Amino acid sequence: MKNKIFPTIITTIFLMIFIIFYKGLQKSNIYVPETNIGENIPVFKVKTFDNSDQISSRDVFKENKFYLINIWASWCVPCKNEHPFLMDLKNQNNIEIIGLNYKDNKINAQNFLKDLGNPYKTIFFDESGIIAIEWGAYGVPETFLIYDRKIIKKIIGPLNNKSFLEIKKLIQ
Amino acid sequence: MKYLILILILLNSSFSIADEKDLQIKITKNLRCLICQGQSVYDSDSKFANSLKILVEKKLNDGLSEKQIYDFLRIKYGEWILYDPKFAKNTYFLWLIPILIFVVGGVIIFRLFIIKKN
Repeated sequence: MKNKIFPTIITTIFLMIFIIFYKGLQKSNIYVPETNIGENIPVFKVKTFDNSDQISSRDVFKENKFYLINIWASWCVPCKNEHPFLMDLKNQNNIEIIGLNYKDNKINAQNFLKDLGNPYKTIFFDESGIIAIEWGAYGVPETFLIYDRKIIKKIIGPLNNKSFLEIKKLIQ
Repeated sequence: MKYLILILILLNSSFSIADEKDLQIKITKNLRCLICQGQSVYDSDSKFANSLKILVEKKLNDGLSEKQIYDFLRIKYGEWILYDPKFAKNTYFLWLIPILIFVVGGVIIFRLFIIKKN
């Protein structure tokens, strides 16, 4: 009996390790941060795209209505793909789209908007990328739907037909 | 005397700048770059990592402590951003398996070599 306990313990431990590693291999190795739905939006001061004046985020997200903040850059190819969805959402009455231009060249960004259209009511100019970190973003594009100064939906990656319809449904 | 005080003040400020730079390096070495596999923020040159380096420097200048910076980033990105995760429900295995392997290994060595010898 005593001789059997030891091999059993070792086999169990190795089995456990095998299962952990096997499960680990099945998981995607791309980390996606958890979305804290219902979390308050960050408070920050930032330069706007049109002029060098600093504005407070409190002055932008001040009304009790839907806001969509979209992190974008002219060098980001998926941003071009999602742009028609933003242009479509611009025509909705009950939502205001705010852009967060991420680590971009201003002239390139202006040309991007000239070519594809400007869906943004206000554009924040995040030259260093630290405002995007305040939002918990780690790349472009990322989009946050906000209501009552709270994040109600976060979309990592470009908007697609599914997320576009979800947003439309939420703002109805 | 005046010059001596001035030199001491200058030396003190340059030491504190060096200390802050060391702390900044320490913090960025303990942060995981989320978009680059297996690299710390300190080692990475990605846009995200470079922004985090600027943010850490800014937070240190604002007077935040190392722990406060980790807490801030933990809220934004979760435990994964830290290379030194807390002992919590999700990390039990991470912390306990090496100890378990060490103990079992010790028992095997003890049984195979020491008991056999005797």
